[in-house]
Amino acid sequence: MNDATHSQGRIFPLSVVIVVLTVIWYAGAVYLNSGQLIDRYNKRSVQWDITQLAADAWSMKRPVLPAPHQVVRELKKTVLDQKVTSKRSLIYHAGVTLSSALLGFVLGTVLGIGLAIGIVYVTTLDRSLMPWIIASQTVPILALAPMIIVVLGSVGITGLFPKSVISMYLCFFPVVVGMVKGLRSPEPMLLDQMHTYYASRAQVFFRLRLPSSIPFLFASLKVAIALSIVGAIVAELPTGGQGGLGARLLTGSYYGQTTMIWAALITASVVSATLVSIVALGERTMLRRLDGGQVARS
Amino acid sequence: MSDNASSSDTVVQIDQLSLDFDTVDGPVHALSGIDLAIREGEFVSLIGPSGCGKTTLLRVIADLEKHSSGKILVNGVSPDQARQDRSYGYVFQAPALYPWRTVTKNVVLPLEIMGLTRSQQQTRAKKYLDLVNLSGFENKYPWQLSGGMQQRVSIARALSVEPQLLLMDEPFGALDEITRDHLNEQLLELWRKTRKTVVFVTHSIPEAVFLSSRVVVMSPRPGRVMDVIECNLPSERTLDIRETPDFLSLAHRVRQGLKAGHSYDDE
Repeated sequence: MNDATHSQGRIFPLSVVIVVLTVIWYAGAVYLNSGQLIDRYNKRSVQWDITQLAADAWSMKRPVLPAPHQVVRELKKTVLDQKVTSKRSLIYHAGVTLSSALLGFVLGTVLGIGLAIGIVYVTTLDRSLMPWIIASQTVPILALAPMIIVVLGSVGITGLFPKSVISMYLCFFPVVVGMVKGLRSPEPMLLDQMHTYYASRAQVFFRLRLPSSIPFLFASLKVAIALSIVGAIVAELPTGGQGGLGARLLTGSYYGQTTMIWAALITASVVSATLVSIVALGERTMLRRLDGGQVARS
Repeated sequence: MSDNASSSDTVVQIDQLSLDFDTVDGPVHALSGIDLAIREGEFVSLIGPSGCGKTTLLRVIADLEKHSSGKILVNGVSPDQARQDRSYGYVFQAPALYPWRTVTKNVVLPLEIMGLTRSQQQTRAKKYLDLVNLSGFENKYPWQLSGGMQQRVSIARALSVEPQLLLMDEPFGALDEITRDHLNEQLLELWRKTRKTVVFVTHSIPEAVFLSSRVVVMSPRPGRVMDVIECNLPSERTLDIRETPDFLSLAHRVRQGLKAGHSYDDE
C-alpha cells in the first residue's frame, strides 16, 4: 500500500527494460549502418575491424538508424538550445501538435458522449448509428486526412481546426463505445429502484447512469488522448512544413535526416505518455470518489 | 378469499389476477387467478419455493410488472398511479446503495427525486436512520458498513418517502442467519412503531411465521395461492416464541400448504 515501496518495485524492472532496449538499439545501429560503411571501406581499401565499424556506425551524419546518443544530442540541440518560440525548437513544434490534438480530443469526447447518449436513449439511433460509427474507423485515416484538410480548406477553414477534426475523428470512437457500455452498466435492480421512485429520465441519467459510466469513460479517454496526438501528427503531414511534429517528421524524411525523425518521434511519445498519465491521474481521483474513498485498487 | 368487496381500509386489492410471460418455449403462467386483499396495518408474508411467483406478485403491486388479466388496486388506484403518488416503499433483495454516496445521501436519494427541500431531506434522513438504529453512521460510505447495516440503510431509505405501504422482496435473504434473526426482531419492532402495511416476500418458514399477521402460501406452475394462514401470535414477541407450540403448529400449517402445492416434489 505504501507509495514508496510501490514505486521502487516498478523502477527496477523498468530500468532493466531501458538498459536492454538501449543495448539492442546500439547493436541495431551497427548492424543497419554497416552495409553503407563496409561499401565505403572497400571503395577506399581501408583496413577495418569491428571497433572501427562500431565507432563509425555510431557517428554517421546520415545513418539508417542513428545511435541513441546522437538522438539525445539532437534533442538537446532542438529542445534546450533553442528559444521556445523558434521554428527550430521541438518544444515549439510539440506545442503546435499539442494544441490541435487537445482541441480534437475535447471535440471528440463531446461528440462521443453525445452520440452515446443518443444511442442509449433512442432505439432508432441504436440500430442506425452504430454500424456507421464502426465503418468510420475502417477507413484508413492516412487516406482520409488530406481530403478533410483539402475540403475544409476549400471552404475557407484552415489552420488549427482542420487538424483537430482529424484528431476528433479518431478520438470519438473509443468514447462512444466506452460510454454506451458505461451508461448501460447500472444493474437492472438499480433501474427498477429508480422506476419505483418515479424518477424522470434526466434524474436517472444524472444520478445513476452518468456516475456509473465514469470508469468506462476514463478507460476510453486514455485511448482517445493517445489517438489525438496520432491524429494531429497525421494531419500535419499533408499541410507540410507549417509546423508541428508531423511537419518535422516530413522534413526529416525529405532530407534523409533520420536523427531529426527520431527526435520528433521521441518527443511525440513523451507528449503522449504525459497526457495519458494526466488522464490516469484524473481517473484515480474520480474512481476514489466513486468508491466512497475506499482504498484505491492498484 | 371470496371476499372481493373493496373496503376503505384495504390497501391492496387483487382480484383474479393473472400474468403470463411469453418465452421462446411458449407462454409461462407466472401468476394465475390470484385473489388477495391486504388491509391497512397488516404484515403479510408471501411464501413459496422459487418460481411460485411471489416476487412477481410483489413487482405487479409495485408496477414493475404489468399483469395480463384481472384487477389490482393499490391504495384504491392502479399500481401505476400508486407509483406516481409514491405511496409505497420498495426494499430489494440487495441493499442497492450507491457506493459514491454517504449513508445520508443514499437515504435522501428518493427525496431529492421528489423535490423535497434540503432541510426536509436532512430531517427525514435523521429520523429514519434513528429508527433503524444507525445514528452516528450518517457520513459513512456503504463499504464501511456490514451487510446487515447496509440493508437497514436501504429500509430507512424506503421509509423516508413516508409511504403507507412497504414492499419487501427477500430483504434478508443474502444475510447470515444470526444477522437475519436480529434484523427480524428489529423489523417487527419497526412495524409495531410505525404501523405500516408490509408485504414481505420470503422463502423462510420461521421468518414468515415470526413476522407476519398473515402468511400467504404460494405454489408454482402456475403461480397461485394455496393457503392463507392467520397468525395470531402476541404482538409483543421475541425470537423465543419460535419454540412455543403455537408457533410450531403455525409453521406446520405453512409446511402443509407448501406440500399441497407440490413444493417439495422433485423437479
